[in-house]
Amino acid sequence: MLAAAREGVCTLLIAPTGGGKTLAGFLPSLVELAENPFEGLHTIYISPLKALAVDIARNLMAPVEEMGLPISIETRTGDTPANRRARQREKPPNILLTTPESLTLLLSLADADVMFATLRCVVLDEIHALAGTKRGDQLFLALSRLTSLAPQARHVGLSATVAHPEALRAHVSRHAKPEDVRLITVAGGAAPDITIQLPEGRLPWGGHMGLASAPEIYRAIAASGVTIVFVNTRAQAELVFAALWKLNEDSLPIALHHGSLTVEQRRKVEAAMAAGKLRGVVATASLDLGIDWGAVDQVVQVGAPKGVSRLLQRVGRANHRMDEPSRAMLVPANRFEVIECMASIEAVAAGKQDGEAPRPGGLDVLAQHILAMACHGPFHPDALFAEIRQAAPYAALTRRDFDDTLRFVEDGGYALRSYERFAKLFRDAEGLVHIRGPVVARQLRMNLGTIIETPLVKLRMRGGPYLGEVEEWFISTLRAGDNFLFAGQVLRFEAMEANAALVGRGGDGEARVPTYAGSRMPLTTYLAAEVRAILHDQSRWPALPEEVREWLAMQALRSVLPAPDELLVEVFPRGEKFFLVAYCFEGRLAHQTLGMLITKRMEKLGYGPLGYVGTDYVLAVWSAFEPVDVQPLFEEDILGEELEEWINESSMLRRTFRNIATIAGLLEKHHPGQEKSGRAMTVNADLIYDVLRRHEPDHVLLRATRAEAAAGLTDIGRIAALLARVRQNIRHIRLDRVSPLAVPALIEEGREWVAGGAEDALLAEAAALVHDATDGAEMFSESLAVVSEDPTPRPRRETPKAPRRNRFIRAAPKAARR
Amino acid sequence: MIAAPLHIASERLMLCPSGVLLWPAQRLLAVADLHLEKASHHAARGRMLPPYDTRETLSRLAQALRRHAPSRVVLLGDSFHDASAEQRMAAEDRAMLLRLLGPLDVTWVLGNHDPVLPTGLPGQAMESLTLGPITFRHIGGAPLARYNEVEVSGHFHPKASLETRAGAISRPCFLADPRRVVLPAFGAFTGGLDVRDPALAAFAPRGGRVFLLGRDRLYSAPLGPNRLPAI
Repeated sequence: MLAAAREGVCTLLIAPTGGGKTLAGFLPSLVELAENPFEGLHTIYISPLKALAVDIARNLMAPVEEMGLPISIETRTGDTPANRRARQREKPPNILLTTPESLTLLLSLADADVMFATLRCVVLDEIHALAGTKRGDQLFLALSRLTSLAPQARHVGLSATVAHPEALRAHVSRHAKPEDVRLITVAGGAAPDITIQLPEGRLPWGGHMGLASAPEIYRAIAASGVTIVFVNTRAQAELVFAALWKLNEDSLPIALHHGSLTVEQRRKVEAAMAAGKLRGVVATASLDLGIDWGAVDQVVQVGAPKGVSRLLQRVGRANHRMDEPSRAMLVPANRFEVIECMASIEAVAAGKQDGEAPRPGGLDVLAQHILAMACHGPFHPDALFAEIRQAAPYAALTRRDFDDTLRFVEDGGYALRSYERFAKLFRDAEGLVHIRGPVVARQLRMNLGTIIETPLVKLRMRGGPYLGEVEEWFISTLRAGDNFLFAGQVLRFEAMEANAALVGRGGDGEARVPTYAGSRMPLTTYLAAEVRAILHDQSRWPALPEEVREWLAMQALRSVLPAPDELLVEVFPRGEKFFLVAYCFEGRLAHQTLGMLITKRMEKLGYGPLGYVGTDYVLAVWSAFEPVDVQPLFEEDILGEELEEWINESSMLRRTFRNIATIAGLLEKHHPGQEKSGRAMTVNADLIYDVLRRHEPDHVLLRATRAEAAAGLTDIGRIAALLARVRQNIRHIRLDRVSPLAVPALIEEGREWVAGGAEDALLAEAAALVHDATDGAEMFSESLAVVSEDPTPRPRRETPKAPRRNRFIRAAPKAARR
Repeated sequence: MIAAPLHIASERLMLCPSGVLLWPAQRLLAVADLHLEKASHHAARGRMLPPYDTRETLSRLAQALRRHAPSRVVLLGDSFHDASAEQRMAAEDRAMLLRLLGPLDVTWVLGNHDPVLPTGLPGQAMESLTLGPITFRHIGGAPLARYNEVEVSGHFHPKASLETRAGAISRPCFLADPRRVVLPAFGAFTGGLDVRDPALAAFAPRGGRVFLLGRDRLYSAPLGPNRLPAI
């Protein structure tokens, strides 16, 4: 590192968690500053987490002060008080620690060029977590501007071990060229020690919560010092936490940590953890990154890890020391997950990494960046375009996309040019682009950032404190008196207040668990292929537990095992329906998209599809008639018309559009002078989407929306690869009953129902249900017909409550309810 | 599109899934809250919403007028989003508005967004219009004075949600009780206010009915006095 620093070359340091790489990143700067006292900003450090920046500043300051070195170190985040921010602009510290958002804010200030002119070094921490995300896009755009302001500065990227180091090298580079960046790879220390823990008794067929193994998890916590129990979703965190406390006769200090708890609560848990006061903490991805605690003795992963790199990063949380093996225990929740756990342990042992390469940058983030740069000072579009192409996510940006995005920032970029007089930007005679006035800059600064939260509602205990936040739509499905599980306790919903949901201590009755849309990670392509390989290769079975072996053997007997290069499709009758189960192994997102496409095709072919469910491993579709010929269902052309049709209508695309429109600045989170929440004053994004789609389908925001949906949400790429791979290799097997391998999918929760996929059909059905439930008694239309001053009140008829079939909500398993 | 009949004060009204109300006996069509030029209102404040809302709203209105061929049109207020909206209208949009309403007997009920009407429009402006038993006004909900008076109003942009097996679906809706009908907002960029909101408490105090707008038909559900849709 020091040698690279002396030569002034950019470096990417890849080291497993616990290698002390953050300090390595700072070392050259500290040496330089200690040798030659420096005036102005020398090093800027950017971390994805505010808390991490603050923590590292503390860790740096202690030795610097002890040694009496003349180095000033400060942080700048959203929490930094205004007076300190102003002082930092006048007299910048030598080392500034900040976040991507705060950096973009700094760069949007008029005097950014002065502040950053002296810069010698840029340290980018945890870039594996940022590259390929919108925050990453923002960071690397900001980096391209830093390169222009301070071409002499070295870039230092710090990353955990990843599958795509080349892509990260390009991200760290000054000119998006990987060969400019010296790669320093630190080999992992001792190989981690990972075991699989099965529940005592029967291994569950389905489910993802892993509650059957709660006693084993509890014993593991009791048997060692400090344990982090990682789970995959917040709902699972709540359930596992509740299950552990039910067993907790010794009152071990076990805490809960997930993204919906209030920040104070999370900080408290983290502090208790750092102080060694906890024995266990149940956590979601909220603890994937962050401060090193040093003293973690083991990691328990409940449910399948879904990815090798993800597992390694989590395992690395245990024992942040290079020379000792990290200890981890995998707790599969069902039989498929056992195979997945085994595949990931083998992959870890073989030193494999997986995960997708970072995707190209989004135009919505680009729009925000362009406006921020305009706020800094006038620019020439050609120069800005050239600068932006130096950022790796935008290296392949076309001039058309850039120009359209710039026009969008100016006045919306509509073909109907009616907003010229309201334009936010104007061009002078020399072609330089200026902002119209200070209001535009204020608007940008209030709305800067790429994290869009779904509308959340605070929870407040009656006569007590705030407990955290849940998504608004979940609250909207509750009625007074309903119980739900949150932060480890059963709460009873009482009423909505102005800005919070009032809750009380829960009573008896079924407690629901808030789930959060899109919170589950899909299985990586690599692990999926490994699972498929294990299924087919009997020589690898002996390592599997007996129950799983029996299960697979039974499958071989009743049906066949899916081979690596073919697509096994089973069709069997059950109840009044026919089930089609396809063993695609492409992850949940891809399966859900494929399920929608296939049911559309089945509709056209007259099979009468009724519903489908996608797990990480298989897709199951059920229909009224037997799909006799499955070949046409998996033709590659289902990605054409059907996809286009669905994608435009799907609520997923609408959600994507809402986020993109907000990041790009079309919708505002905040407006100067109006402290009200943005919701009441802006126009509903769905309405905008519909109108825009009808009048200008090629608008830059719609293009960005489609690109994003195709890449991430729908996993179209994986479906296309699957269909191409199995083109002539579909193995269609007719069975007279369900096969053993299909059982987990059929008992899966979260089914999608087909109703032409359309809301209108669902509404018609619901309206008909109401009609039936009230015996068709149009009690109201009768009274409408009566002409009277005061319609006589009639006894109100109780309408039976229809069973709730919301796919996002499910009852807590019995185990957690007791 | 199938319109649903609503019998009220011995009159037969029709609720159209497009969001307009018809009174066949009078060959009358009522429509609420067009909010023309809402997008340009926001654009002037730095939110560059697509400038197509006026065109979209007018073309929907044109369809409704073609289908139902009324001789009289009542606009229930908030037809323009703000006082200067008419000046911001594109020339062709203004021409379309004149072409649509020119041959008809038009009543502009004044709303809170457009308390003064732009000049040069066909028809007459008034605070409210009474025809037989029915009074048309922008904001309803005040006690009804006359015996047998019925009120048709807009302003609140009512919407309601129905619980379906795939989750709740929320749509703009008509809200009706034995003496009042509230129309959904017709404008392309008009949002909605849930019928359970306290602001709508004056309507259907003893229960009523909501008619959610669908693509081709209305979906109706009773609205209990406790403001919970029945399902």
